[in-house]
Amino acid sequence: MPIHTDRTYELQLEKLRASVLEMGGLVEDQIAQAMRALTTRDQALAQATIERDHMVNRLDVEIDDLAIKLLALHQPAARDLRLITTALKVTTDLERIGDLAEHIAERATELFGELPIKPSIDLPRMAELARDMLRRSLDAFVREDEKLALSVCNADDTIDQLHGQLFRELVEFMADDPRTVSRAMRLLFVSKYLERVGDHATNIAEMVIFMVKGRSIRHLDRPPREL
Amino acid sequence: METASSLASDTSTSAKILVRDLTVRYGTTLALDRVSLDIGERQVTALIGPSGCGKSTFLRCLNRMNDHIRSVAVEGRVLIDGVSIYDPTVDPVELRRRVGMVFQKSNPFPKSIFDNTAFGPRVHGVRDRVALCEIVERSLRQAALWDEVKDRLDRSALDLSGGQQQRLCIARALAVEPDVLLMDEPASALDPIATAKIEELIHELKTQYTIVIVTHNMQQAARVSDETAYFYLGRLIEVGPTEQIFTNPGRRETEDYVTGRFG
Repeated sequence: MPIHTDRTYELQLEKLRASVLEMGGLVEDQIAQAMRALTTRDQALAQATIERDHMVNRLDVEIDDLAIKLLALHQPAARDLRLITTALKVTTDLERIGDLAEHIAERATELFGELPIKPSIDLPRMAELARDMLRRSLDAFVREDEKLALSVCNADDTIDQLHGQLFRELVEFMADDPRTVSRAMRLLFVSKYLERVGDHATNIAEMVIFMVKGRSIRHLDRPPREL
Repeated sequence: METASSLASDTSTSAKILVRDLTVRYGTTLALDRVSLDIGERQVTALIGPSGCGKSTFLRCLNRMNDHIRSVAVEGRVLIDGVSIYDPTVDPVELRRRVGMVFQKSNPFPKSIFDNTAFGPRVHGVRDRVALCEIVERSLRQAALWDEVKDRLDRSALDLSGGQQQRLCIARALAVEPDVLLMDEPASALDPIATAKIEELIHELKTQYTIVIVTHNMQQAARVSDETAYFYLGRLIEVGPTEQIFTNPGRRETEDYVTGRFG
């Protein structure tokens, strides 16, 4: 694709794209660290993860500022306009994912020192799925790949099913032995957080499809099979 | 590849102007290459494209302004209300009454505001003073100039500001009751406030007139027009609803132009 006649504009758009990617990489890492803190009962790591959330927030503000500046100064059109509006919306989802990572780390802190009620298998699996969805939605953003983005939308069901399964399992634990309630509830929260990460990754993927194709597939009952 | 001519549908029932396979040559230079376009009635159609793309040539074909240029050769059809305007029986003077034009540089005559506005009606034979006064007031009101000049209609038009002069030229074009108004860069020499007044005026005028505007200011095209047509190297590349052209154009060439990737 030809580059802009205005090189400054071109560079700023490139910076916007890079910043979104940086923020995405950061929140993906935050989820990984929070989950590691949870599964390895690493109090210091949980605390470090909570403290790192301000970096996510800072990028959120920076990207908003840059996007607003671009809108005000360049009156962007077509694909540039769609990139900027996508960046504005994607950062909201990324910021929420950052908050969810922080919440996971908080639950990890609360569970520190308590006996585990079951081996950690399902939650790490959900986290892996959620991170994979996030990674692919960001890849799709950078590569402007609407097919990859659509595959993210279609992956959301799996994570929802895992959450449903874990929900039933943890409810059983609580019913069988009320002493597990506070621990099981916290694990259930984590499961819900991870399910929400999947939803946010799906939102990002939907915005990427809008960015590439100029067409919205949001708020449909089912994602389309193809674009 | 979808051709530009297939984009201009024949089925549009509200088209005021139908252009088919319009080709214009200046000597051996091809200025327009088989352009087909429907222009909707009481709509604003913006023509955009880089210098030399043919948009002004296209505009000037719509009231046969190109007739005055020697060595110009026009092929194809231009129909206004179903009548071919290049038919030998069509009187170009009457055509230009129906299809008025406003230019980039305001060009009032060195006469009074009143005489400028009454110029067209007088040429077309209106002599009655009361009738002329009515026409002048109506036209100046339509051009959103009346309140600013009503107390000094006998003053020279050249004493007006640039923006007022341009609105006077619009009033002068409206005085002969045209159906179509062609505007070639009508606000490019004006400051932002005068520009905003012209744009506001365009919004009001389109309830009564079919407007075709050439502009280099893409934000202006985006603001004032219903349909936008992108020209490049004498060809119509794409035409569509303005919102679509500026948010999600169908063709890469259009995309490159509206996003500033040209050249």
